[in-house]
Amino acid sequence: MQWKLLSQKKMVLPNDKEVLEKRSIMPLMLLILLLLTFLSIRITGFSIEVIVNRISQFFVIIQQMIPPNWTYLSKLWQPLFDTIKMSLFGSVLGAICALPISMLAATNITKNRWITMSCKFILSLLRTLPTLIVALIATFIFGLGTMAGTIAIFLFTIAYVGKLLYEQIESVDMKAYEAMCSMGLTTIQAFRYAIMPQILPNYLSTSLFCFEGNVRYASILGYVGAGGIGLLLNESLGWRSYANVGMILLMLVCTVFIIETTSEYLRKKLM
Amino acid sequence: MNAIDKQLQLQPNRRMSYIMTIFILSILFVWSVSTIHFENVSLNGTKIAKNILVGLLNPDWSLIFNVSTGGIPYLLIETMAIAFLGTIVGALLAIPLAFLSASNIMPKPIAFVVRLLLIIIRTIPAIVYGLMFIRVTGPGPFAGVLTMSLTSIGMLSKLYVDVIEDLDKSVLESMEAIGCTLMEKIRFGIWPQLTALLLSIVIYRFDMNLRDATVLGLVGAGGIGAPLIFAMNAYKWSEVGAILLGLILLILVVEFVSNRIRTKLVRG
Repeated sequence: MQWKLLSQKKMVLPNDKEVLEKRSIMPLMLLILLLLTFLSIRITGFSIEVIVNRISQFFVIIQQMIPPNWTYLSKLWQPLFDTIKMSLFGSVLGAICALPISMLAATNITKNRWITMSCKFILSLLRTLPTLIVALIATFIFGLGTMAGTIAIFLFTIAYVGKLLYEQIESVDMKAYEAMCSMGLTTIQAFRYAIMPQILPNYLSTSLFCFEGNVRYASILGYVGAGGIGLLLNESLGWRSYANVGMILLMLVCTVFIIETTSEYLRKKLM
Repeated sequence: MNAIDKQLQLQPNRRMSYIMTIFILSILFVWSVSTIHFENVSLNGTKIAKNILVGLLNPDWSLIFNVSTGGIPYLLIETMAIAFLGTIVGALLAIPLAFLSASNIMPKPIAFVVRLLLIIIRTIPAIVYGLMFIRVTGPGPFAGVLTMSLTSIGMLSKLYVDVIEDLDKSVLESMEAIGCTLMEKIRFGIWPQLTALLLSIVIYRFDMNLRDATVLGLVGAGGIGAPLIFAMNAYKWSEVGAILLGLILLILVVEFVSNRIRTKLVRG
């Protein structure tokens, strides 16, 4: 459609054929991009001057973080394990619950259109809400502590794994499933023997990937009182004891690095 | 023994590895059960849950249609502006870092150090950057923009490197064979291959930044997060409902549009 609005360039080939070349919409896109950038600069009060003059302030905190306060380490283990437990429990339970939901959301397994539509809607609704905000709401309902964080991670995992899983199920090879259905197996039996083997490696790898990201998210959930290492992070930032903050961040980086490497290794083996 | 049984016997026996996996998983699972506890559940938890639902169903419409700087439309636009500008600055800054961390261009030690730096940048939570940048710029959306650009760099430069390494070199060779100059090779050989993929990556990151930008408000770095947490702490559930409704709508629309653009870009 938009091509017709722009005049097309005509070229005459040596054999007198006319060829139309599509005009690039690049200049138009650039113009819109520049306009949006300009507007955003106005709205957010972006100024290079401030950055150049005051960027040294950014490094003041980093300087205070180094060297980290090693004596603080002994207090860190418990919250750090809390964080890992929160993300582990939420991820495992969420990944298990995502399986039946994605079965209901896949149009080739569930024939009722209303059920698939509502399941997909719920999944995308859960996915839109940022984890931190879900955790904030959960602290109001379940009280402060790791419970709220676990709920937030659980909900996010359902949404994330569920979406990727139902897309997988919908693109699966249906022949074996249909054969088994015609032999008289129930939907769940046929799903177990025809579709599960096809999606299992991907399902496990998605769940692992989600767990990996959840550890990272869980580290900040304490900021709203949902337990874990974020609680200490918030406290140390509030007291401006940046040496402690440095220690917490160092521990976080190490933990995330170890978990990422392990899960990357496992995911490569799965594929 | 008939043919079917024989085929069945040929199947590798994975029972042991299944049992081990499930065993390890259940040990880890039981270990982490301690995070679940119900003693902290406040008695009025269900009441609050009901209030939130009622607030979502009866949002404060005056807030939604308020066009001043305190209204939801302006806050959403501000959040989008933070995410947009943050993505653009991050996308530009990621280009040199991508080349620095590509191990087939740079010497090994430099590439390794830059990669380590990128991992560290990616791991530190955005909220910490937010607090650091507030010292630089003072509270407000500007701090949010700087935070977003810094957090975008890590992922963007990693994905850039993947795209650059996957370039189709045979096109360049054939262009050289018909005698193209270096500039022509870049303009017609490399540029068309890169733009669509890079643009698609940047749009994807914008989608993610929009979600993260809603959270930055919690530390005072602008956007819709701050009004949300204020309304929650004041138990004004109809305001919370209105803000959440606006947020959900915005994210759904942006996700839909960005998915459409990305499929179009990738498929050409």
